[in-house]
Order: sequence, then C-alpha cells, then structure tokens
Amino acid sequence: MRYAETGYTLEVDLSRGNIERVETDPKLVELHLGGQGIAAKILWDRVPADVEPFSPENLLIFSAGLLHGTPVPGANRTAVNTFSPQTNLLAHSLMGGFFGPELKYAGYDRIVISGKAPDLVYLWIYNDKVEIRDATHLRGKGVHETTRLIREELREPDAQVAAIGLAGENRVYTASIEHGFASAARGPGPVMGDKRLKAIAVRGTKEIHVAKPAELFEVCIQLRDKIGESKDVGDWMAVDEDDSFHHNNFAWGNARTRIKDYWSEELQERWTRWKYDNMDRQKGCYNCSKRCINVINYKGRRFGYKCYGKDTYHMAAFKELDFTYEILPFAMDYGVDSYSTPQIIAFAIELYNAGILTDNELPDFPSDSGERTFYLLEKIVHREGIGDTLANGVYWAALQIGKGAEAYDHNTTKKFEQLPIKLGKLNPPYFLMIATAEKMAITQIEGSFPQDPIADLEAREAFIEKWRVVVPDEKFLHWFREWEKRNEISNEASCAITDWNEAMHFLDDSTGLCGFLSSFRGQFGGGVVYHINNLPNIISLAAGIEFDKDKLWKVFQRNRNLVRALNVRRGMRRVDEKPPEDHWAVRDHEFEQKLLDDYYEFKGWTKDGIPTKETLDQLDLGYVSEDFIRRGILTGDEGAPHKGSVTDKGEFETAGGAESER
Amino acid sequence: MKGESVRKKVRRINVNLDKCNGCRACELVCSAFHARPKYSSINPARSRIRVVTDEINDEYVPIRATNYTKAACDGRRVYTVNDKKYSECSFCGSICPVRKLFKDPDSRLPLKCDLCEDDPPQAEPLCVKACSLGALTYEEFEDEVPEEVKPDEVELGLKALADKYGAQKLADTFARISQKE
Ligand code: SF4
Ligand code: SF4
Ligand code: SF4
Repeated sequence: MRYAETGYTLEVDLSRGNIERVETDPKLVELHLGGQGIAAKILWDRVPADVEPFSPENLLIFSAGLLHGTPVPGANRTAVNTFSPQTNLLAHSLMGGFFGPELKYAGYDRIVISGKAPDLVYLWIYNDKVEIRDATHLRGKGVHETTRLIREELREPDAQVAAIGLAGENRVYTASIEHGFASAARGPGPVMGDKRLKAIAVRGTKEIHVAKPAELFEVCIQLRDKIGESKDVGDWMAVDEDDSFHHNNFAWGNARTRIKDYWSEELQERWTRWKYDNMDRQKGCYNCSKRCINVINYKGRRFGYKCYGKDTYHMAAFKELDFTYEILPFAMDYGVDSYSTPQIIAFAIELYNAGILTDNELPDFPSDSGERTFYLLEKIVHREGIGDTLANGVYWAALQIGKGAEAYDHNTTKKFEQLPIKLGKLNPPYFLMIATAEKMAITQIEGSFPQDPIADLEAREAFIEKWRVVVPDEKFLHWFREWEKRNEISNEASCAITDWNEAMHFLDDSTGLCGFLSSFRGQFGGGVVYHINNLPNIISLAAGIEFDKDKLWKVFQRNRNLVRALNVRRGMRRVDEKPPEDHWAVRDHEFEQKLLDDYYEFKGWTKDGIPTKETLDQLDLGYVSEDFIRRGILTGDEGAPHKGSVTDKGEFETAGGAESER
Repeated sequence: MKGESVRKKVRRINVNLDKCNGCRACELVCSAFHARPKYSSINPARSRIRVVTDEINDEYVPIRATNYTKAACDGRRVYTVNDKKYSECSFCGSICPVRKLFKDPDSRLPLKCDLCEDDPPQAEPLCVKACSLGALTYEEFEDEVPEEVKPDEVELGLKALADKYGAQKLADTFARISQKE
C-alpha cells in the first residue's frame, strides 16, 4: 500500500496521442517528497540541456503535492514545471485551488506532458479513463468560458479545470494557466500553448490512504481550527484594508516612481467602499479554513484576486483600485500573469514617452494611461504588431526594439520582471535571495525570517517568544535579538537566513502546502502553523516514512541543489546572479560580491555558483556530479561540501561584526 | 403508524451559505470518518455531504444526503437569491436516479448521512467539526415528531438495487448467492 501518494504518474504524449499510467518508485518520496521535487528529478532525467522550451521534447509537468488529498489542511498548491521560453531556465510555478487534490483522487501524483498536439486539444481525466479531446471549438475562448463549456460538454460540474486563455494559445511569455481564481504564472502558460493543450479537466473518485489515520486526523482537526482562528496565517491583505505598504513602498509605473506618502485615510475609505460594495465573498482553497481570495463582481464581471494582485495594474498605470477592477477580469480571462504583464505595459508606455516607440508602432495610441494599458494588453495577448515583441517580456522586447530601449529594462533579473521594489540601503539576505533564487519572484523565496528588525525591545522579545517554536535553531533567535539596523547583519547570518527561507519554500513546493500557512508567513509573526519542527511528524504520519528535522532538511537541500543543477546545466552562472542595479540606491559592489562568495561557500557551491561534487554526492545526487564532470562543468576537485546540517553552531557570536561596520 | 407522534431528540445541522468559503473540508472528513478502518482513507466522492460549487456563479452550497428516491423530480425550478441563479438540485439532498451525487462511486449504492453515528457517540457530527468557519452548526433539541421508521443502510441499498433491477431479479440473485455460500 502506498500512503499519501498514489504511486502513479500519468504520462501523456500529445504528438503520438499516447497515454500511459506508470507506477513510480516509492524511493522517490523519501528522496524528494513529491511536487516540484520529483518534477525536478524527472526533468533532469528526461529533458537534455539543449532542448528548447518550445520543443516537443520539453516536458510540462503538473504535480500534486505529497500531502494533497490527505486530511492535512491547506495542502492544495499544484506545482507546474517546465523550461521557460523567457528565461530558458526551469519554470517554477504554483497554483492554489482544487486541482492537485482532485488529481490525487483520480489516482495520479502528477501528469507529465510531452510532445505537441497537431491542433488544439484538451485532456480529460476521469480516474482510469483518460482522453485527449478536440478543443478547436474552444480556440480563443477565455478561461472562464472554457471551464464552463468543458464542464457542460462532459456533464461533470465537479471537474476541476486548468486552462489557458488567448495569451497562452499565442505563446505570450507571461501567459498564465488559470484554475478557478488561482493561476500558475512564470513560464508554463506559453509552453502549454506551444503544446496546443488548451486545458486539463480532472475528476477523481478514488481513495487516498494515509499511514497513521487516527493520529493524523487528530493533528489535522486541531490544525484546521488553529488556521481558522489565527491572525498569523493566511493573507492578511484580504481583511486589512490598510494597503499603505505596497502603495508607499513599491514603485509605480515601470518600477520607477515611489510615492512615499500616497496612502491616506480618505483613500482607504474610498477603496474599502469599492471593495465591499462589489464583493460577493471571500473564499478559500481546498481544505483550508482561510478566506484569502476576494471574489469581486464588478460591472457584471466576476473575478477573484489575492494579495498584491489587486495593485499591480493600477500601480503600473498610476490609477486607483477601480482601474484594477476594470482590467483584471479581462486580463485573467486572457490568462496573463498580473505581476509581470503590467510591467511590460508600463515599459512600453515609457518607451513611447521617450520617443523610442512611436505612432508607427502604436497607431491611435490613446493619451490616458488606463486606456493605454487596455490598448497594450490587447496588442500583447493577440501578439499583434508591436505586441508580438512585447509579448516576449521586457528583457527580450528591449533587445528586439533596440534604439536605446535596453536602458528601460532596469528591473529584470535572469531575464524576468522582478517585483517593482526600489529601496535605499541594502538588506543583505534580500540581496542573496534575489541574486541566487531560481524561482524568479521574491515572494517564492522570502518568508521565514522577518524583513526588518523590530526597534522596540519589548515588542522584539514578544515576537521572539512566539517565534521560538518555528525556528530551526537557536542561532536565528540570537541574530534577530541582536539585529538593530536593516543593512547591518553578519554574512554568516545572511547566508543561514536565506537558506532557511528557501528551505520552507522548497518543502512547501514538494508537499503542496500553501505558503500563507507556512513558508511565507513566519516573517510576519511567529504563529505560523507549519514549520520545520512540526512538519517531519505530519509527513511521517501521512506517508508512513519516518522523517526527522535533519532528514527533512536534507530533502530540501537535495531538491534545492537539483533545481540549481538543472539551471547550471542550461548555462546559468554567477554572472546571471544580480539583482536589478537600482533595487537599492546605496550599493557596495565589493561587499556584495564577498557576500555572494560566502553564500556559495555556505551552500557548498563553487565560486561560480555550481554545486561541488562533494555537495552533490552527499545528497545522493552522484548522477548529477558525474554528468557535470563528463560535461566539464566540474573537474571534481572543487573542494568542500556544504556546511552541513541546520543546527551547526558556527560562529554566530560574532554577528554584527566586520562587514556591517562598512 | 400514521398520525402518531412521539417526543424525540432532534439533531439538526444548520447551514449558513454566507459563511461557506467553499473549502470542502466537510466532504473530506465525512469520507474519512466513514472509511474502514476509520480515517484510513479519503475520498470526497464517498462523502455524504457535498458542496455544490460553481465559482463563476459564486455558488457554494453544502448539502447532505437525505433519502433515496426512486423517481427524480423534474428539477426545473430555478431560484434567484441575491441575483445569483440556483437550480433546484443545488439545495436538494435526495439521492435520486438522475444525479451522480451521493452514490458510492464503485457500487453505485446510495450514501446517506447518518449524522456520524458512532459508539461512543461523537460530540458533534464530523462535518460540523471540520467547518471552522461556522457555515455548518449543530444543535439538538426535543420536539414532537411524527413517528417514522428509518431504513438502515442495508435496507437503503437493497431498495436501490430493487429499483434498478426489479425485485424478482434481486430475489433470484440473492437466492443464488446464498446457495453458493
Ligand atoms: S491560506 Fe489562503 S491562499 Fe493559502 S490555502 Fe488557505 S485560503 Fe488558500
Ligand atoms: S467545511 Fe464549511 S466552509 Fe468548508 S465547504 Fe464545508 S460548509 Fe463550506
Ligand atoms: S453528519 Fe456525518 S455523515 Fe452526515 S454529512 Fe456530516 S460528516 Fe457526513
């Protein structure tokens, strides 16, 4: 009997129309858990480094997490992985909702899609019955209508549907895969379009078994109540109408302008009214007692959003919330990422204002920034005229447009649009996270260690008291206690903090737990429900494989290094690891490079950011080191492995030492 | 039996649609509770409560399986509540021939809410316990109710089989199986 997982992968070859149900090696769970972890292993084994993202040989993998379908609350993030046409690197993408659990109930842990269909199709999975069906009648249809039509023609109102809109069909690089009011962004949308796969519909009526039923059930009932009651988990932005944080701190337009005292009481009052006058409900994801998704019915169009997703369009266009409410239903129905797309649009508006793009490229370009945003959105999703260039994202569009457009591409890292954050002084762990992360968005990396010190000593101690249960090691408490100024923190602490932040995300990405209950929430208060100290037990009870903290930490390191290896094999190196130049006003190149050296050393990577043979071998990734040596990426004597377990004491007493006095 | 009434403890689950966030935890725990051994497997398709969901219509209606009915109603009434249209079936817990709901996905036998009968009894039904948001609440009170004989699960199942295949076929099959054993 397999516990927590189903033990099966669904293999779909769209070129040949071949469908297979393949039993998986149980050992994989112990090594990688599931979700993105096992997907990374499959991509390593099966997609050679020279395969182009838009090639039938590229794989598109939808993974349920190991805990999906079990009673563990908040396990519902479906990971979608492939190689992205925008970055040519691994696409890391997550969507909430109901898809992953339904896939588990249908009897699969993941769907691996290869090949390319001759014309538009969709995949229908009903337990063991799997069909590739014609979708030409759905061409150009929005994601909501696609979902409705598929449910109707299958007579399955309970089918969970993940679909692309026009943007995905047209291989717009920022196209997303939409599922209910959740969406998977950052790469897989255009690949799904390239494979001519309009949608996947799944319905499952089979069992998921767990190893220690009664004990797990008891733990889960308690967790569920805690989640419901706690203010320390979920998306506080769903209930807190004070959004001064984003509006005063994030940059508007093309990640350009900070308006430090934008927020006001009068504005908050107006926006709160807009929201609640038009809100149907606040809804949750599968098996979670939070209500993070605001379901809005604005001018007869219903849509749902979460978090900063309500701000990106109006901030890019220098408008107010009602503008986002105007455009979001259209953008979501076309299926575009609402983080990167508004930045492309604001970039194009800047180019027009600078005379680099003219009325030739933008005929009848309106003068109002809101109308311009709609105009450009249409061009991009249709890949029409200049939209065909802009649809490749800011980095590629700047290169293709030329004429100095490159200077306006100031907010990308690894060819990907970053959050529009422009700050004064460096926050060293953030330098590391933005530089070295392969998930492209800071929200997918940050989260366990607070962003800022707490000035008030009493408040700081109170925070620490609550936070204590979730930290992997006492040293984090010590560092936080000693932390006075944002930019003054030892390199040693910065490395370990970045590592811990990453660890929680990598674990979430493989168990399928939501970051708002786990990896993303620790920084805002200690009451987070999933952490490194309780996860081993929960996973053990569900999966029947004994995990303790060290063993689980090692899974994180294994998955982390495997993801890095995928990208290293595709050419990613140290030169690519730089946050946008203007992310901070005050920069110190020498300090930053030393920090990066220290981090690589901490991780057991070479000076070029490549995991060493020792590091890889220690993590049972000998097949990766062999490959690296064969290719000449490593010689094999690069030296020491990573610094070992999370509880290593190290020299933390010296925190706040030499570097921070610069 | 007709016309007689008795004082009885009534156990009731109240549903507040405005509080439901559509999480379907109620389905999950109901299926776990009725698994054998208890909690050993999860399969919401076997749950005796189902959340009728249509995100685009903002419709989330938890309904519990009530009685098995031989004939389906025409189900043609449409209710509009707060500008949203609901079909009659959205509110109906009947286990009827035209819908897949509340039939065991393998045997197709009806699944009926038993209010989590257990020994020793549960403090409250499991779906209520799972619903941290208070969309489902539980109450017990005394009331005069007409006396009725409740079919148990075996009877329900046999009735469904008899309706589907005819009483004669069922009797023949039963006789054959009994002989074999
Ligand atoms: S915490 Fe919020 S976003 Fe996360 S699973 Fe629950 S409802 Fe969804
Ligand atoms: S558990 Fe409660 S909130 Fe969740 S779907 Fe069921 S009734 Fe609704
Ligand atoms: S009361 Fe018990 S049997 Fe009835 S629907 Fe709720 S959990 Fe299921």
